[in-house]
Amino acid sequence: MDIFLQQVINGLTLGSVYAVVALGYTMVYGIIQLINFAHGEVVMIGAMVAFSVITALAGAGLPPLALVLLGVGCAVPVCMLVGYAMERLAYRPLRRAPRLAPLITAIGVSIILQHLAMLVWTRNVIAFPQIIQTEIYTLAGATVTSVQLAIVALCVTMMAGLAWLVYRTRLGTAMRATAQNPQVAGLMGVDINRVIAATFVIGAALAAVAGVMVGTYYGIAQYTMGSILGLKAFAAAVLGGIGNIPGAMVGGVLLGIVEALGAGYIGDLTDLCQYGWLAGLLAEHCAEGGHFILFGSNYQDVFAFVVLILVLVFRPSGLLGERVGDRA
Amino acid sequence: MLLEVNGLEVRYGGIRAVKGIELAIEVGELVCLIGANGAGKSSTLRAICGLAPVHAGSVRYGGVDLAAAPVHERPRRGLVMVPEGRGIFAQLTVEENLAMGAFSRDDADVAGDLERQFESFPRLRERRLQTAGTLSGGEQQMLAIARALMARPRLLLLDEPSMGLAPRLVARIFAIVREIAAQGVTILLVEQNARLALEVADRGYVMESGAIALAGAAPQLLADPRVRAAYLGEGAA
Repeated sequence: MDIFLQQVINGLTLGSVYAVVALGYTMVYGIIQLINFAHGEVVMIGAMVAFSVITALAGAGLPPLALVLLGVGCAVPVCMLVGYAMERLAYRPLRRAPRLAPLITAIGVSIILQHLAMLVWTRNVIAFPQIIQTEIYTLAGATVTSVQLAIVALCVTMMAGLAWLVYRTRLGTAMRATAQNPQVAGLMGVDINRVIAATFVIGAALAAVAGVMVGTYYGIAQYTMGSILGLKAFAAAVLGGIGNIPGAMVGGVLLGIVEALGAGYIGDLTDLCQYGWLAGLLAEHCAEGGHFILFGSNYQDVFAFVVLILVLVFRPSGLLGERVGDRA
Repeated sequence: MLLEVNGLEVRYGGIRAVKGIELAIEVGELVCLIGANGAGKSSTLRAICGLAPVHAGSVRYGGVDLAAAPVHERPRRGLVMVPEGRGIFAQLTVEENLAMGAFSRDDADVAGDLERQFESFPRLRERRLQTAGTLSGGEQQMLAIARALMARPRLLLLDEPSMGLAPRLVARIFAIVREIAAQGVTILLVEQNARLALEVADRGYVMESGAIALAGAAPQLLADPRVRAAYLGEGAA
């Protein structure tokens, strides 16, 4: 099995999900300069709602694909409502407040949503229903599952759809205009409150689908799943240049690949037995082809944050970003 | 009266930027509002547009009080502003900027108007797919004016259109303002360049520290010794 190719495939899969979630961060940041830390929780709610719907209807004898579509079909509007409500109730009243206030509020919203989810879906890890038969294909020594293919295809479709919306429609032009200069956009007749709400709602819809995909991919869901995923997607948005839509897409995919390759190779690279003089010191571990591995693939989650730190230190505006963002 | 401002007062915190002014514009007039930096000209315009809070007094447009109308309602009624510093969307293309100008319209002739703006400003046609930020200052001002015209204004508010432009371009901008007025658009022009403004305008208001100090026909103001001394750079009379 080719580890490199395999990890690239896995990275592409997760990376495209990160990209879709990162879009939600970057669009909101682009338009109101807020890092919506509660965005990851919307992903989690999407997964949970779909889980409930699919579980409830599992006995109804519907074809698996219809079940999944029903699950997504319920998760999306629920998440859109959550996105709308958080903008309307939590962030809009703070539009003119110092920037630290909405940022702290975002963390608060995140905690509230997480605990509401805990009350509804308990604190247990939930087995996400595996109702779709997974096909496995081999490709040059690596394996690709039908779920992975479906995730990548769906993510690419959603990103293309979003790009069309943002760059080719009236609403999209109004969104970009509002992001650049809300006051002048208002003078042109744009109701900026509606545009900002629409931005939250669109980001939430993407997050809902991402949640279902993550649940399906890992086969589990839990009320805490949104926080680490959200932070990684945030790192992806920063990597691409926060506020920059193509940047979020590139950053997400890149981050997924970095993470997968990191997880795939960190064990080999930190096997101290391959370094001559250390192997001597660790003779009792290294004898007869033994290993002394410092970091295993359970350090997977570290890479996103290493990337985040490197970007913030060496290129704070991100790969595609132009201006360096303000603090906080 | 197309626009009636009565007892308008604008405050920022404790500072009274506009101290209860009266101002009226008839349909078809070109009126200028001149005065020194900080006299309250821009605050007056911003209050008319809904960008600055009206602390007291009223702004009536077409006989309707605008107090309750949000900023974005105004262009729909034909009240359009070219903001100070042009306010173009630098990362949108020239064509997208113009499309934004027509955002409040839903009639079918937007494409026709786009064509007409390109006729009037051939430079904009040449650069229609460039981002607006790559345009020169003069081109950006033309774009800002063309964008406002895309809304088919009844009353056009121009905030310092000559700001930061070379004299040759300033003359061009004023020629354009005159042309727009000739097409029947009512204009309120705010300018620091008092001489040029009074030369194109029918009437003028002179603002000093938040109040209207003088008002009258433009030729009369041009001849007024106080105006000449304070704003036209001539020795005291």
